[in-house]
Amino acid sequence: MAEQDWKEDKKAFWAVSASPLLWTVLFFLLPMSFVWLYSFGSNVGLTEIEISGTLDNYKRATQWLYLSIFLKSFGVAAIVTVLCLIIGFPVAMALTFASEKWRPWLLLGIMLPFWTNLLIRTYALMIMLGSNGYANKAMGWLWDGASWIKTLVGLQPLPTWEPVQLLYNNLAVVLGLVYVHLPFMVLPLYSALDRLDKSLIEASLDLGAGHLRTLLKVVVPLAMPGVMAGVMITLIPALGAYLTPDLMGGTESQMIANVIERQFKRANDWPFGAALSFLLIYAMFILIALQGLRRKNGKEAH
Amino acid sequence: MALFNRTPRAPLEYTRTLWMRLWITSVLMFLYAPLLVLMIFSFNDSRRNVVWRGFTTKYYEKALNNDTLVEALINSLTIAALATVASLVLGAMAAIMLWRFRFRFKGVVDGTISLPIIVPEICLGVAMLIFFARINWPNDLIYPFNLGAITIAHITFCFPFVTMVVRSRLASFNKEEEEAAKDLGASNWQAFRDVLLPHMRPALVAGALLAFTLSLDDFVITFFTSGPDTITFPVKVYSMVRFSVTPEVNAASTLLIILTVVLTAIALRLQGAKNISVSH
Repeated sequence: MAEQDWKEDKKAFWAVSASPLLWTVLFFLLPMSFVWLYSFGSNVGLTEIEISGTLDNYKRATQWLYLSIFLKSFGVAAIVTVLCLIIGFPVAMALTFASEKWRPWLLLGIMLPFWTNLLIRTYALMIMLGSNGYANKAMGWLWDGASWIKTLVGLQPLPTWEPVQLLYNNLAVVLGLVYVHLPFMVLPLYSALDRLDKSLIEASLDLGAGHLRTLLKVVVPLAMPGVMAGVMITLIPALGAYLTPDLMGGTESQMIANVIERQFKRANDWPFGAALSFLLIYAMFILIALQGLRRKNGKEAH
Repeated sequence: MALFNRTPRAPLEYTRTLWMRLWITSVLMFLYAPLLVLMIFSFNDSRRNVVWRGFTTKYYEKALNNDTLVEALINSLTIAALATVASLVLGAMAAIMLWRFRFRFKGVVDGTISLPIIVPEICLGVAMLIFFARINWPNDLIYPFNLGAITIAHITFCFPFVTMVVRSRLASFNKEEEEAAKDLGASNWQAFRDVLLPHMRPALVAGALLAFTLSLDDFVITFFTSGPDTITFPVKVYSMVRFSVTPEVNAASTLLIILTVVLTAIALRLQGAKNISVSH
């Protein structure tokens, strides 16, 4: 149905738009423009920042040290997204094809962690992965079991199990991010699969394609919008993740958000931090633009 | 499997295949085992988290007697409540504006309003830190005004989510209903209150819940906005986790998890699981 021209009912238009617009300008655009201006500034004195129009901060950000952290953050976010997709797709399938009785419960099971505090979930995972945690214990039991089987068949037993360091490394960061972002991936996948016309799958099966072929040639292509939505919704927060690398990562697993935080809280180099923030925002824009382009191409192709 | 398969499996009942069941069981275990361990060990009578030494509730007493922790929790709930109310009003207004009216630069306005959803948390946090430092926001006000800066920051990132949810609900509104109301003599305001608002109600509930959880959950933006005297629950838990892992944190976390479960249960009562998931 047609939208109303705002001039037809100016009073109603301003009644609904004045406050949100004012809020957005005052408490979003204004703060963001401060950051943008600061990124062209330099420190003079301890607290004074002069906005001199210098590009030094951006030049410094292209140094290999910072560039490599940017690339690494991309790499980690990409790995996390792919893992979430691989783990999440079957879960979304299970949700879609579950019986009416079970579906709400499964959905709740996936959603409840989504509502649970991020910090608490990270902390819970840290307890599990700690050197005395259950992940290590479980591996110890498996190790002992393997050792026992070996002695049973008459071989040398394995050396005793030494707890491995699971926390404070890159692997822990990836695992932590997957743990936190999995529900983000599953929900858009599920809503895409749920909308899918089931008779197309039946047709494919009837016409002789196997389940795997149907999955790859029919289900996945049709669910592509959901896959892309899930990828974006996982990739973007994972790229800007602060908490997980901070708590679960070691010194070498810093991501870009940790570097930004350090400029503000410790190094006290606000202009440089501002420049890094805007580079991160530009990276997001590029990702979103690429996704938009892809979608447009897809539409033209059909 | 014979035990479970009472009727033969139809081709599309993928959820009933063995590997699918194994997969979903392992995923749910991956998601819940850490949380369950955390909750169980909040009752453990030992300072180390790993070995069970008997049941105790002393860490709950400790957590509840920890004044800064309780204060942080009260701060968090206050901020979440204020931010929810404001986000609901602002978000619903923005949604109506974008749904009903045609105006110049609409695409730009639409994009700008949804921008806080995609801008990384860390960047928004930095922006808020610079903003409040720049305008010399006073940080020695009395409760609840000392929470002003954090609340403003939370409203900024919560209300676009409300807009998103409400707007998708408005898309299904039949404008003829409103015209009928006006033909029958209702004023603009009456038509809004009696026709449009009831239609928006489920989205408003979902949006409120979303805003409340987002606000209660937020660490990064608050971390940058909070002054030395205004600490929220996540910020407090962060410093506890960072410097000393104690069962007190488990106890406090368990309380918050229970709060989440209760809120989710209320949401389910009000809406049904399906509607909530669709709104995301």
